[in-house]
Amino acid sequence: MSQRRSDPHITWDSFSEGLWRNNPVFVMLLGMCPVLAVTNSAMNALAMGLATTFVLVASGYLVSLLSRFIPRQVRIATYIVIIATFVTIIDYVIQAISLDLYNSLGAFIQLIVVNCMILGRAEAYASKNRPMKSVVNALGMGAGFTFALLCLGGVRELLGTGALFGFDLFGPQFQPWVVMVLPPGGFLVLGAWLLLFDWLKQRREQKQLAISGEQTNAV
Amino acid sequence: MSTAEQQLQVPQSPSISMMVVLSSIAMVSGFLVVLVSQLTAPIIAENQRRAIERALVQVIPGSVSHEEFLLQDGKLLPAEDSAAGESVYAGYDANGELVGIAARAAAQGYADMIHLLYGYDPACECIRGIKVLKMAETPGLGDKIIKDADFLANFDALDASVDMQQMALVNPIIMVKHGSKQHPWEIDAISGATISAKAVGKALNQSAQALLPQLLPLMQQLERQEQQP
Repeated sequence: MSQRRSDPHITWDSFSEGLWRNNPVFVMLLGMCPVLAVTNSAMNALAMGLATTFVLVASGYLVSLLSRFIPRQVRIATYIVIIATFVTIIDYVIQAISLDLYNSLGAFIQLIVVNCMILGRAEAYASKNRPMKSVVNALGMGAGFTFALLCLGGVRELLGTGALFGFDLFGPQFQPWVVMVLPPGGFLVLGAWLLLFDWLKQRREQKQLAISGEQTNAV
Repeated sequence: MSTAEQQLQVPQSPSISMMVVLSSIAMVSGFLVVLVSQLTAPIIAENQRRAIERALVQVIPGSVSHEEFLLQDGKLLPAEDSAAGESVYAGYDANGELVGIAARAAAQGYADMIHLLYGYDPACECIRGIKVLKMAETPGLGDKIIKDADFLANFDALDASVDMQQMALVNPIIMVKHGSKQHPWEIDAISGATISAKAVGKALNQSAQALLPQLLPLMQQLERQEQQP
């Protein structure tokens, strides 16, 4: 058991892992279905991100709490039941908050169940860590996911309709770039963001390489 | 994980423990789902009622209160008494006078079914407004049917008068090419959103042809129902 329970301390890294280093969308490329499908407006992206975060945190907590009692053979089935429970709950809650939002998100709320990021976190993190640490990590992952969805949704809504969160920014003479709110726009904007993030990563690595190179030279 | 620990964790017959764990988790999750469903059901129903109410105010101009009826085999029933039948909404002004009725219509659009609500004014025998309830039309093209002011102006007074035999509309509601509307029963299409606009016309025509001839003889009932309470 001691091997399974890795470092029990909650560090900044257990939160920030999902934000940047292992961002579920930009680095791990997980959960692409909602990423591409619902990011045609910033509001949808935010709602989807928050809903996914709730499911991540709640299922992470429960999986971590129950992991000792769950036989290995049925763990995936159990995780799916737990995840589906929270997805159904958030489905009702969104309906209660706003019907318009519910209609614009459509079937993608129910499809959070099959978001591989959530199952992946339950299997790879929550079942091996303490409940509080899993919650902190799930919060970070959820924040990273929401951030990524907002990056896509914001750009697509801005270019596709000239508005952000429904507020018109450019006035009536703006000619909307309609393809951006259509499915192909999702791929285009995602590709652009991935390019940017990869370029940033490579530049950082090269810098580190140059620093370590200098140090070895100095020595 | 060592084998000793594994044996400690898993009881003698693992299939029993699997069943126990799975069924207890399923029970807990069932309990949670039912709890949340019960808690949110009244709020969701209230939201849906408000959404319909908002749509009704839009399609029946001047209406303040509304009542739902069900049309079943040529008879009107209050919505509470029956589950089957087609919903018809009656809109009344502040004095309780009937100012219009509304009904649902649907037709296949470009992406999916377009569901809409339309308001009929018995005084001018015309359709006074439409409101799209649900659609999945292409943003920027097909969704002009809810945004385009010129298109929506078609429904300020769209003629839908019923003929003498009360069998059908005098003039079927038809869609014409953009800019060639000549008669009050024609709908000016949107260029670039022809399929979506045509679907709206088709939905209105189908529903009005079927519903209005049935409904007009029953108009008295709609008024009397309101004055009783």
